[in-house]
Amino acid sequence: MTPRKWDKVATTMLYLISGFIIVVLAFLLLYILISGLPHVTWKFITGRSSSFAAGGGIGIQLFNSLYLLILSMLISIPLSLGAGIYLSEYAPKNWLTDLIRNMIEILSSLPSVVVGLFGFLVFSINMKLGFSILSGALALTVFNLPLLTRKVEDSLQAVHYTQREAGYALGLSRWETVTHVVVPAALPGILTGMILGAGRVFGEAAALIYTAGQSSPPLDFSNWNPTYIASPLNPLRSAETLAVHIWKINSEGIIPDASAVSAGSSAILILFVLLFNFAARYFGNKLYRHLTGARERG
Amino acid sequence: MKNDEIRASLLKRSRATKNERFGKILTGLCIAIILTVVLAIFYFVASKGLATFFKDKVNLWKFLTGTVWNPGTTDAQGNPQVGALPMIVGSFGVTFLAAIVATPFAIGAAVFMTEISPKVGKKVLQPVIELLVGIPSVVYGFIGLSVVVPFVRRTFGGSGFGILSGTFVLFVMILPTVTSMTIDALNAVPRNYREASLALGATRWQTIYKVVLRASTSGIITAVVFGMSRAFGEALAVQMVIGNAMLLPSNLISPASTLTSVLTMGMGNSVMGTLSNNALWSLALLLLIMPLVFNLIIRRIAKKGAMHR
Repeated sequence: MTPRKWDKVATTMLYLISGFIIVVLAFLLLYILISGLPHVTWKFITGRSSSFAAGGGIGIQLFNSLYLLILSMLISIPLSLGAGIYLSEYAPKNWLTDLIRNMIEILSSLPSVVVGLFGFLVFSINMKLGFSILSGALALTVFNLPLLTRKVEDSLQAVHYTQREAGYALGLSRWETVTHVVVPAALPGILTGMILGAGRVFGEAAALIYTAGQSSPPLDFSNWNPTYIASPLNPLRSAETLAVHIWKINSEGIIPDASAVSAGSSAILILFVLLFNFAARYFGNKLYRHLTGARERG
Repeated sequence: MKNDEIRASLLKRSRATKNERFGKILTGLCIAIILTVVLAIFYFVASKGLATFFKDKVNLWKFLTGTVWNPGTTDAQGNPQVGALPMIVGSFGVTFLAAIVATPFAIGAAVFMTEISPKVGKKVLQPVIELLVGIPSVVYGFIGLSVVVPFVRRTFGGSGFGILSGTFVLFVMILPTVTSMTIDALNAVPRNYREASLALGATRWQTIYKVVLRASTSGIITAVVFGMSRAFGEALAVQMVIGNAMLLPSNLISPASTLTSVLTMGMGNSVMGTLSNNALWSLALLLLIMPLVFNLIIRRIAKKGAMHR
């Protein structure tokens, strides 16, 4: 074989490999949507789940997922913004900052199961929150913080230093420069990161099994007082999310239509993930256009 | 009098300084919270996990090499039966196999995207990889359960649950991570390396194989180790397809278990403070330590790669 022929063969192989990956994704998406969407009816989306009989819905689980997502983002967005700003703007270049960066990197590489068990031990048992939305939200925050912080830091670092110098030249303090010049300029990147982080949180289950719990007590959707025990907003009730529900009915559930329910739930989960993905792209680009007037993000 | 006023206003902190201090303290506080969380994770998991060895006096070596996991009972000598070897073998088995299968695909896709057709790569493959990252692990587990397990059962016999099914599922799960990190590694190779090789008359494949891949070896290995770290810690998707039998796996299609699968199944069924619970926390400690080891390996490789330049 001549080198030229090898070149042809290798190129073909590379095309095949890339094609294979695309086929895998297409198969995954189509499989989930085709096997799941027929089960998705209004009754399925809003109905109560059943523990024995067929025909259960996922209404409460879906609500729990969304509520947990909002709660954990409420905690993690300010924290990661602050931490990212500190690392990008204030942290001096020394061993301590390196150590901090390493620790955040280690936190991001921890398996989500370990984060969940830590949450179980500290939030559920030591802080006596039990299996509750609150301890679930805190565990998800721990799980999500390192990646959000990293994203915020990267987005801030990508802002050109002349923008900061312009701020200082106008007599602004560093804090004012950060809040009025740097953060707005980095906002498209930060927003994209936050939405993608939200997608990750929405599908996470391992960290929630022992923090938010695996049961979903009936809710009274007419009473929104957070202190009422069956109120949907009560942060101290146990709450099975959609992802946990899929895991549970597949691994220890006994309902006869487990595969249908999990196919439907997977389809909904995937639709939300796609939604988050496109939203991240759309809003990031839109904000970028709005802020800079450029048409494409570079 | 006037001088005093000026003096006072000069010595007093200005509004901007106060602002500055406020911002620094506020953001520093956020960092402090994150650091506290990291330290707390290590402290709590370690204190629980080490109790097996210090409080219940289990021999560390026996824990790592024992093959019988039955924490509630004791063997003939009266030692508790907490042998974690089946889970350790299971975890490393799926991790290494998934990495071995995923690496050629990841390198192939990355080379395609950086060297062959960056345009198609950016327009088609990049979004595909991002979507693959976004699919939740329970969905991978569900597909594994309803597609991969029956496929393995039909093709290779057995129940279909086992290390092989776990490998297939993990392969798809770590593929996007390894691919995107490999892309970064390939992009870091300076363009003049390629130009020099092409100018010498090398074909595109020769350039890729003899120059680009050689120059980015350390980056590619880093990507693979990172993917392995991911695979090692993945819990639910693996738990759903591996069969959850606490036996030393004899082949790839017999039911096995991993550290993560035992943890997800067992933690709810044991009472805090008992030996069987502590033994589970020891497994969690093992899961906590392994990412650190993978991290160290990555650092070592990165350092070596940097010295070659």
